[in-house]
Amino acid sequence: MSRLDAKVSPYLFVAPFFVLFGAIGLFPLLYTAYVSLFDWEVGADDPTFIGLENYRTLFDDGQFWNALFNTFSIFVLSSAPQIVIAVAIAALLNENLRARTGWRMGVLLPYVASLVALTIIFGNLFGPQYGLVNDVLTAVGIGPIDWQADTFGSHVAIASMVNWRWTGYNALIVLAAMQAIPREVHEAALVDGASPLRRFFSITLPMLKPTLIFVIVTSTIGGLQIFTEPKLFEPSGGSGGGTEHQYQTVVLYLYQSAFQGLDLGYASAIAWVLFLIVIAVAGINFLVTRRAVR
Amino acid sequence: MRHRWVSVLICAAVSAAATTACGSGGASQSSDGKTELTIATFNEFGYEELFKEYEAAHPDVKITQRKTGQGQPHHQNLFTKLGAGSGLADIEGVEEGYLSQVMSKAGQFNDLNEIGPKLEAGRWLQWKTDAITTKDGKLIGYGTDIGPLAMCYRKDLFAQAGLPSDPEGVKALFATWDSYFAAGDQFIAKVPGVAWFDSAAQVFNAMHNQHETGYYDKSDKLVVDTNPDIKADWTAVTTAVGKGQSARLAAFSNEWNTGFKLGKFATKTCPSWMLGVVESQAGPENKGKWAVTDAFPNGGGNWGGSYLSVPKQSKNAKKAAELAAWLTAPEQQIKAFKAKGTFPSQVKALDAPELLEQTNAYFGDVKAGALFATQAKKVKAAQYKGPADGQIQETVFSPALQSVEQGKNAEEAWKTAVEGAQKAAK
Repeated sequence: MSRLDAKVSPYLFVAPFFVLFGAIGLFPLLYTAYVSLFDWEVGADDPTFIGLENYRTLFDDGQFWNALFNTFSIFVLSSAPQIVIAVAIAALLNENLRARTGWRMGVLLPYVASLVALTIIFGNLFGPQYGLVNDVLTAVGIGPIDWQADTFGSHVAIASMVNWRWTGYNALIVLAAMQAIPREVHEAALVDGASPLRRFFSITLPMLKPTLIFVIVTSTIGGLQIFTEPKLFEPSGGSGGGTEHQYQTVVLYLYQSAFQGLDLGYASAIAWVLFLIVIAVAGINFLVTRRAVR
Repeated sequence: MRHRWVSVLICAAVSAAATTACGSGGASQSSDGKTELTIATFNEFGYEELFKEYEAAHPDVKITQRKTGQGQPHHQNLFTKLGAGSGLADIEGVEEGYLSQVMSKAGQFNDLNEIGPKLEAGRWLQWKTDAITTKDGKLIGYGTDIGPLAMCYRKDLFAQAGLPSDPEGVKALFATWDSYFAAGDQFIAKVPGVAWFDSAAQVFNAMHNQHETGYYDKSDKLVVDTNPDIKADWTAVTTAVGKGQSARLAAFSNEWNTGFKLGKFATKTCPSWMLGVVESQAGPENKGKWAVTDAFPNGGGNWGGSYLSVPKQSKNAKKAAELAAWLTAPEQQIKAFKAKGTFPSQVKALDAPELLEQTNAYFGDVKAGALFATQAKKVKAAQYKGPADGQIQETVFSPALQSVEQGKNAEEAWKTAVEGAQKAAK
């Protein structure tokens, strides 16, 4: 009895995770792959099997490539500055500041605020006709930018929402890693006469490597799946991502195909292609980061 | 759960003595032997008091309402569960904007001519019934309310532009679309900084819906590129945009709301329910500036309104149809109008004194009920809607018109729209 207990119970203890993962993670993933092989309309009686036809259509679909470009553009505009700024903020927070905890909590505040509320406020700020940002730009003589019509402008607007929300969060993760760096290493460098800048680049950054890899991989996964911000940025509430899909991301296109076009098979194909792209990009980022930060 | 057990026990006890039909009703038979009818609605249908009235008159019926706040999730649920084959209410509300999608799945709804009670002829306005009758003559929904179109306009801005501003005087401006756009030219020349209308898509949709044939012909063939009416409307609207008549505000967006507050446009295509929207968006500071008149370019039009349908999934289709027929009778619909302001689609209800006497204080105490009743009778015919009609309007033509407002060449945008429509119709 007790031997059986010793053999079986560890598996029982970890089972809940795997059962849940199987039910709400793995099963939908595989079922999506299955659905993507059909011409499956919502409400259709019997979907027809069409093999890889959905994928073939997808690779010929200009709107998909446009969505992919938008996704990467927004991802680069958000993740790259975000991580640089996060490391800089972490370095500042790591200094001897007055009311340290207050500052540290402060950078986390945007993360606590509701994403939807935040996006609506940013949407108002970036309003093309009556938005505050354009009022300021006009006042300083740059002139208004049509944040809805202009592809690059809309990407900047959306990336600024992402940065506002996630920079502080990432800064705190980096800060925790910075504090784990042994003091002795810094002291030794100090004795050798290394400047603060030199110490940052030669000691702090290399020792942050595992954390930076984590931060970059998670922001890749999140960034490539961006949905809420572009969805709510559309003034009329549609899922087109702008009048000419200027800021329609892949997930937004997926949503539009599934819930406006009611074409579940095609949407599933988009989901799977996106899944593979996310894995590939996260893998590349992992390798690059591991090599670059030595 | 406990009720189930009790009814099973009672059934077991009784069935020995008498032959009752226990259990055959399934989930729709409630424990006390009543037939339970579910009705799924969205926004406000104004039926709450009517349900009590119906239950009092029909002791064997128990009504449960499933109410969704907004139309969009309600219809998403409707289409998902049509696909799943179960889970829908006995009566499902259907909004006009989703009609084309519902009609393309007409086979999954009951023909109310067949299962419903015998109704008096001509209960509804003809175009209202025509829109939900299939090509082979099946009626799959009873009309509830409508949204007849009139014109709302800013009296003060009209006066400033030297245009007539009293409800009778402006009628000449709103006689045809040509006179409408010509007045727009005159207006923008006199009042700088204020546009003539709010959004190109809003005007285009109203124009488009007046034609007998729209995006599809009656054999469900897409005729976007060959129907001359569509191109003519497109040219008229985009020309007006080019001259600066549009305030370039996407309807129902935040900036559109701001546009109302700041008075950035002088006219608005106004279905009956829009009066409430104008009042809440323009706010008390603009009270008395907006007016509405019983004129609309090229006749009339309709935007919005709903139907009650009985999906084939329903286990109590006959009784559900009876309830739906009762709810959509003129007497009941007038009560719903009084409760929530839903504008009735029944011919008799349009002559009811309660409706004709209704006034709107925000629009200078205009007799709004009588005004929209007049407009409802001006609608000529229901346009035939093909399978992807709603999607083409929402996701293809409206964005394409907005892109023209953002500065895109109208000819290029037209090409994009035609291609988009072809893709959506696939």
